[in-house]
Formats: sequence, structure tokens, C-alpha cells
Amino acid sequence: MGHHTEVQAKTKAQYEYDRHHNAVHMKKQVVNFAIMIFLTFLAFAVVVADFSPYLIKPFILLLAGIQVVLQLYSFMHMDDKNGHHIGVISTYVWSGAMIIFPVFLAFVTVVWW
Amino acid sequence: MEETKFTPQTWPNHAEQATAEGKNKFVGIWIFICSDIVLFASVFATYLSLRNKGPAGMEFTTQSLFELPLAFVMTMLLLTSSLTSVYAMYHMKNYNIKGVITWMAITVLLGLGFLGLEIYEFYHYVHIGFGYTQSAFSSAFFTLVGTHGLHVIIGLVWITCLIVRNAKRGLNLYNAPKFYAASIYWHFIDVVWVFIFTVVYLMGVLG
Repeated sequence: MGHHTEVQAKTKAQYEYDRHHNAVHMKKQVVNFAIMIFLTFLAFAVVVADFSPYLIKPFILLLAGIQVVLQLYSFMHMDDKNGHHIGVISTYVWSGAMIIFPVFLAFVTVVWW
Repeated sequence: MEETKFTPQTWPNHAEQATAEGKNKFVGIWIFICSDIVLFASVFATYLSLRNKGPAGMEFTTQSLFELPLAFVMTMLLLTSSLTSVYAMYHMKNYNIKGVITWMAITVLLGLGFLGLEIYEFYHYVHIGFGYTQSAFSSAFFTLVGTHGLHVIIGLVWITCLIVRNAKRGLNLYNAPKFYAASIYWHFIDVVWVFIFTVVYLMGVLG
């Protein structure tokens, strides 16, 4: 498999633009991380605070869902339009999740001991 | 093999996917992750249906076993290690191998911290009598959390090998996709843990 590609030197302006772009992107990632930390704190806090479980359970599941979507789209670069076959990948991830969900639901509701 | 020496000025913007092999590795790691999602969905479903179930040995329940402070520290370690591998990828974009190696090494250290706490936790459970064969609940618990722990071990070995192999080599279009794939895999481990700390530990404490 080839690792070869055309080597092209960037112009000074392009190089500086790219460096700046990378730094801005990294800052966004740190903000996303701060949000994830906050969601985690919130999830542990509501459990410790001892509200009604009927309220807490859907709430922390929602928080987990938000955090996972954040991870997938920011840290795992599913938001990157230039990713190779990214459309296929994201279709595959979401349809896979939807196919496995009924199986999951069946286990949780039908199986008992 | 090609011996192109890059400089920060000639390093392509999407170095990790600049070659055919890089593109294939990117799609490949995602296909692997999708099948891993199915694996984890199955062990999660098994755990949820057998949680706090016997047939014998019902002196242990999620409420009497789990300690939130430990789960919290483990969560913070793994979440932070996810950010440090993002930093490694940031330095890869800027063609800075030292940055990549340093942040990947920090990621491994945080991962080791997480793994240490998990081993302590398992050791403690087995010590008080909650072993793998103790009940349907204990088997389901150790299978779910242990499968995740196994993924952490594989990730740590993988990233350590990458560091050792490439520290003196410098970045090129051959090893950039390898670091990239490893970082995506490491984030996936964190994704699974988000569900484990929510479904197993937090909902376990609620009963």
C-alpha cells in the first residue's frame, strides 16, 4: 500500500493560517472537554443529592447521551467533513446503534430470573 | 519505502489521511468500533437483565457494593486521558513529534492510573466474597466492566508500542495514521466508560 504523496511547501501565509486554525480548533476541544467534565459532575451530584430515582435515572441517561455525542463528534472527529468516507461511517454508526437497540430492549424487558 | 523528510511547512493538513493506507486505517478503525459497539451493547443488556439477580448469594447488591468516590476518580482519570490524546493529535497536525510522544505518554500514565484503581476495585470485591462465580449478578458485572478493562489494557499496550517504535523516528505519512487510529480507539474506550459509570455505578447506587 502506498504511503506516497506529492510534497508541497505551504506559503508563509497559508502555513500561519493553518497553525492558527489548529490552535483555534484545539481551544474548541478544551471547551468541549470542560462541558464533558461539567456533565459528569452534574450526573454524580444529582445522585448524591438524593432526588427521586424516577427523576434522576432519565436525567443521567440523557447526560450520558449528550456526553457520548460530544465525544463522537468532537474528539473522534465525526464532525470532520474531510474524513474519508465520513458519511458512510456515520450512517454505519447510527444504523448499527439503531439495530442493536431493540435487542437491548428485549434483553432488559423480556429476560428475568 | 518512501523516505520523504517533512518540515512543518510541507506537512499536509490531513496527514493522517493523506495516503491510501491512511484512508483505509481511518475507515478500518471505525468498522472495528461499530462491531465493538454491538459487543458492548450485548454485555450491557446482559448486565441489566441479571443485575441484582441470584440464584444464590444475594447478600451483595449494587447498593451495598459500589463506592461513588472511586467511580468518580476513575471517570475523571479516563476523561482527562481522552483530552491528553486530543493534545497529541493537535501536535501531530503541527508536525511536532515531541508533543505527540509527550502527550501520548501522559495518556498512558492516566490510563495506567485508571487500570490500577479498577484492579484494586476487583481485588476488593473478590476479597469480600463477590467473585466471578458468586451469582448471575457478579458474572454479568465482571464480564461487562472486565471487557472494558481488557480494552483499556489493549489500548495501553498499543499506544506504548507506538511511542517506543516512533519516538526516534519522527513523524511521517506512515506512522501519522497509526497514532490517529490509536487516539480514536482511546476515545471510544472513554465513550463506553460514560455508559458504565452512568448505568452500572450511578444507577446501581440508586438501586
